[in-house]
Amino acid sequence: MAADVWGLAGRRALVTGATSGIGAACARALAGAGCRVVVSGRDAGRGEAVCREIAAAGGEAHFVAADLRASEAAEGLVAAALERLGGLDVLVNAAGVIHRRDAPSTTDEAWRETLAVNLDAVFYACRAAWPVMLGQGGGVIVTVASDASMIGAPRMAAYCASKGAVLQLTRAMALDGARRGIRVNAVCPDEVATPMLESEARQLGRDPEAFLAEAAEGIPLGRIAAPEEVADAVLFLASERARFVTGTGLVLDGGVTAR
Amino acid sequence: MSDLTAKRALVTGATSGIGAATARAFAAAGARLVLSGRDRARGEAVAAEIVAGGGEARFHRADLRDSGACDALVAAAVQSLGGLDILVNDAGVFHRGDVATIEPWAWRETLAVNLDAVFFLSRAAVRLMHDRGGAIVNVASDWALTAGEDAVAYCAAKGGVLMLTRAMALDHAREGIRINAVCPGEVETPMLTEGVADLEAARARWAEAVPLGRIASPEDVAEAILFLASPRARHMTGSALVIDGGAGAA
Repeated sequence: MAADVWGLAGRRALVTGATSGIGAACARALAGAGCRVVVSGRDAGRGEAVCREIAAAGGEAHFVAADLRASEAAEGLVAAALERLGGLDVLVNAAGVIHRRDAPSTTDEAWRETLAVNLDAVFYACRAAWPVMLGQGGGVIVTVASDASMIGAPRMAAYCASKGAVLQLTRAMALDGARRGIRVNAVCPDEVATPMLESEARQLGRDPEAFLAEAAEGIPLGRIAAPEEVADAVLFLASERARFVTGTGLVLDGGVTAR
Repeated sequence: MSDLTAKRALVTGATSGIGAATARAFAAAGARLVLSGRDRARGEAVAAEIVAGGGEARFHRADLRDSGACDALVAAAVQSLGGLDILVNDAGVFHRGDVATIEPWAWRETLAVNLDAVFFLSRAAVRLMHDRGGAIVNVASDWALTAGEDAVAYCAAKGGVLMLTRAMALDHAREGIRINAVCPGEVETPMLTEGVADLEAARARWAEAVPLGRIASPEDVAEAILFLASPRARHMTGSALVIDGGAGAA
């Protein structure tokens, strides 16, 4: 294990949406920083694979399957995390879905799924973790928001609505937790090289390679973020290095929103 | 934390406050430093402290109200370090006053140090960094995002710094130069505490307005500057990292 540069060794972390993409990168990064991690998501096969990979690198990770669209699932997940880890210091909410549709063509089902996974699940997980963190004297929550929390984008109406809401939920919880030892922050990435981005290309009927190249071209830095780059920002926010940071949306977008 | 091993960094305003804390944090992260400021005695003391701790730092006195001095400072840093990978624009002054009452000299000095110097120093640094990349971190303020009373010059200058940060970030992204800002709220620095008679009472008053229940230490802000300057923030440019104990969320 590398030196404890983040001061996170031994911390107990729960990561949702950790079976792929940003969540999996966060789980690996937190484990690499010495955290004991619960990996959660819907896909047991992929979740177990992430855990095996972490274990092979010398870390500790447990998979707990959960579909956070239901509030009791979040309660169950936090309870299972407590059972595995004995406490909860860090919660990372990375689960997310996207439907590339404008509002008129967004079905009831697509709207509900987007808001359920991207917003409701964050609320449920934070609500379940809150009393645990209060009881321990504090904790850190990081939500994965988006630059679409701050600016609009075409053909992703439900996604923009859900991510705008997540950033405001983050700020509201940050104010409520500030005097009680709980810091709550968001990361706001632009396009990240994840299965979700590949799914966007499919939904838009675009050739994935051309879609990714075009996306990179639209980013001032000229490339799409790697999930590991988002995970580095999550590590910073989760660590004591960010002890005075709360209620912040850390923008990690290669310059997109500077425009 | 070995994030900045062998990186060559210039930190302005490094004789006290956030700049001095940043210099210490950078040195601990392995950076080689040139420190700048107006007060030679304090600057030499910060450099000596870093050297005593096993780091590398030299002080170079500069009065950044003059563009020639800014160019000379960057040239001196390059001569001392053999190049420049990181520039931290921390130097800042604060003068009270609303639009009707602020003295012209106070307006001019605030804009000169807090904004013009950031432009002059960044211009010189970007010219050096354009072929191999680099990172610039500007110390803006929460008053770059929202205004405060009786501080027109400071608010204007910090708003200008944040937009300058974003504009430069766009222009130089493809050259591998990342340019970001930190936006702290109140920080316990000489700029804040100078002339305060009852520091304990003032601390309690300041803390009351911050959700986390205290104002920032210079070290709190230095951590964020270190993160932005490091390769860990390699996908961040044109960003404003708010470090305000939750004040901006309210």
